Amino acid sequence: MSDARLSVFKTYKLYVGGKFPRSESGRVYEVTDTKGTWLANAPLSSRKDARDAVVAARKAFGGWSGATAYNRGQILYRVAEMLEGRRGQFVREVADAEGLSKSKAAEQVDATIDRWVWYAGWTDKIAQVTGGGNPVAGPFFNLSSPEPTGVVAVLAPQESSFLGLVSVVAPVIATGNTAVVVASERSPLPALSLAEVLATSDLPGGVVNILSGRTAEIAAPLAAHQDVNAIDLAGADEELAKELEIAAADNLKRVLRPQPVDDWTATPGIERMTAFLETKTVWHPTGSLGASGSSY
Amino acid sequence: MTTEKQTPVFEYAPAPESRAVVDIAPSYGLFIDGEFTEAADGKVFKTVSPSTEEVLSEVAEAGEADVDRAVRAARKAFEKWSALPGSERAKYLFRIARIIQERSRELAVLETLDNGKPIKETRDADLPLVAAHFFYYAGWADKLEHAGFGAHPRPLGVAGQVIPWNFPLLMLAWKIAPALATGNTVVLKPAETTPLSALFFADICRQAGLPRGVVNIVTGDGRAGAALVAHPDVDKVAFTGSTAVGKEIARTVAGTRKKLTLELGGKGANIVFDDAPIDQAVEGIVSGIFFNQGQVCCAGSRLLVQESVHDELLDALKRRLSTLRLGDPLDKNTDIGAINSAEQLARITALADQGEAEGAERWSPACELPQHGYWFAPTLFTNVTQAHTIARDEIFGPVLSVLTFRTPDEAVAKANNTPYGLSAGIWTEKGSRILAVANRLRAGVVWSNTFNKFDPTSPFGGYKESGFGREGGRHGLEAYLDV
Repeated sequence: MSDARLSVFKTYKLYVGGKFPRSESGRVYEVTDTKGTWLANAPLSSRKDARDAVVAARKAFGGWSGATAYNRGQILYRVAEMLEGRRGQFVREVADAEGLSKSKAAEQVDATIDRWVWYAGWTDKIAQVTGGGNPVAGPFFNLSSPEPTGVVAVLAPQESSFLGLVSVVAPVIATGNTAVVVASERSPLPALSLAEVLATSDLPGGVVNILSGRTAEIAAPLAAHQDVNAIDLAGADEELAKELEIAAADNLKRVLRPQPVDDWTATPGIERMTAFLETKTVWHPTGSLGASGSSY
Repeated sequence: MTTEKQTPVFEYAPAPESRAVVDIAPSYGLFIDGEFTEAADGKVFKTVSPSTEEVLSEVAEAGEADVDRAVRAARKAFEKWSALPGSERAKYLFRIARIIQERSRELAVLETLDNGKPIKETRDADLPLVAAHFFYYAGWADKLEHAGFGAHPRPLGVAGQVIPWNFPLLMLAWKIAPALATGNTVVLKPAETTPLSALFFADICRQAGLPRGVVNIVTGDGRAGAALVAHPDVDKVAFTGSTAVGKEIARTVAGTRKKLTLELGGKGANIVFDDAPIDQAVEGIVSGIFFNQGQVCCAGSRLLVQESVHDELLDALKRRLSTLRLGDPLDKNTDIGAINSAEQLARITALADQGEAEGAERWSPACELPQHGYWFAPTLFTNVTQAHTIARDEIFGPVLSVLTFRTPDEAVAKANNTPYGLSAGIWTEKGSRILAVANRLRAGVVWSNTFNKFDPTSPFGGYKESGFGREGGRHGLEAYLDV
């Protein structure tokens, strides 16, 4: 062809309750690659967007936490399938976002796809690893089971815009929590594109909600929100993390403090799942059968 | 059915447990680095018997300097203690468990004197559970690599632990046993109104030959607790107490390396369905709210009754309450002892009065309260709605709020309609309903057709604003390991 075809730009939007709204504030901010070249305008989310996302996440919690672990595993695996099909797009986006070569970016995307597969396999195993029967000294059947904490605010890592993002989101939802995710402030585009994958992977709307914008601006109302049960501070610096942890104490959110991660490709442990699990212990009387047919 | 006043069929003769088994010294110091010492500024406070207001002893009041000294002693002891083979740490804990068993009658009487709870409970619940808890965690000390927290789980360092007055020695056991088993050293602050059993425990550590500084006990009020929690050389904070203080502690440790576990308040729902075994349910309701005078974080303080059995259940419950014996906690027949302090009594009184003022119907059995000490008659409120203060706030006393429901969905919605999430009870003969309801309750401990059962192997702790972290069982190790 003699003339280069003019490409079609994508309007990057938020992902809230399974829909793709713009920020209610009408604001956007410029996103550039590592050399400063303009890539897109991303929504600059407001407090109101954060609150809307919490409402969507809460609404989705009953269904998602009540789904069978097998079903959640299949859906997480489906995410991996959908990602595989759009691998090329994410390699480009991650290369632009993080200033990586095509091959380095491809490594990140491949590791990200594999991470979904890893967590897909965990959904119906974590309860066996972290729960179980307790041999109490009495005529009782006593069982401890992990249950999801609820709505989790996730501040995605600032540096690793895609592998880091999925490494903190997948463990939260694998166990039945729902998430409000704040994308990397400087590199939000891979996160916003991931929303398109999630939307076509049978993941119920509201299970993952993705916001872009200023981390500090969006995180503050999430940390203080009375209907958020936990917060992962991975994407907060030391000063912001402390501020948010103080705000989170108001309704005793479970807080996962930021921890240095040298290598997101390393196989994760189960700590990111157990950080957002509660243990429920149920006592049932047993013992010998009396004439009445029961023993309590 | 009518609810005329019932009189006990039998008059009981007094059957007091002997006080002679315990020898309380006129004064006690802080237990730091293996020795009893006075507070740096020489301050002391009195601890009284809640049932008589008699002064039992005078106890050193720790200030910031004393807390600092205790933390430094614990830090110094940490190096050797954490380096001991687990099997050696285990044997110290087994020794402690055995000495507690040997001295359990003495400790039960002591606890009853200092706390005001019936000897029946300290003898049959607190003390056996204390010994069992040490025995259980003793066994973990040399098996940590098999606990599922990695191949080489490491202790955190110095644990600062602050415990309440409702189960003084049991809460000490819940804190100290897992901390020591995992190789941490501790500074523990007992509650201001119940310092004695922790100081007796210090003597047990001495008898067991526990190295100096591994366990330090600093008695005092909330200021000593605050200083301990804020101390920069503390690696782990564990607190059991009110939700308000828990939140303050969470703010204090924000932005530090300190690992935090909190076991806080509750407003447990005890749900009775129409097919429940009524007599057993009545017993469970009574133990749910009147065990330890209702001063239990996991108390079943909200009774949710299916409408169709409301009248029948309430009649049976009132009959049962009329047979409860309130009085001398040392009497082996006593069911209801004294409220722990004048302050707590005032709080219970104010909340019960508010319940009445807001329109709930108050009922207590005919019940004569002793002249001296802090007493509150078993009380139940009917016609309670979810908006009533007594259905929302933790009363921490022998006060039961009765609400009704029609469908299982409504029962679950009402049970979960609280910022707390510690405990719940379910009474029904239908197995599938037990499991379905238990699944949907947002609470850390659910008792089906029973209530207020505890065991060292059984993880205990809350959802939501009842705190986080678990005590007991394999789960209880995590709070004290670097994982």
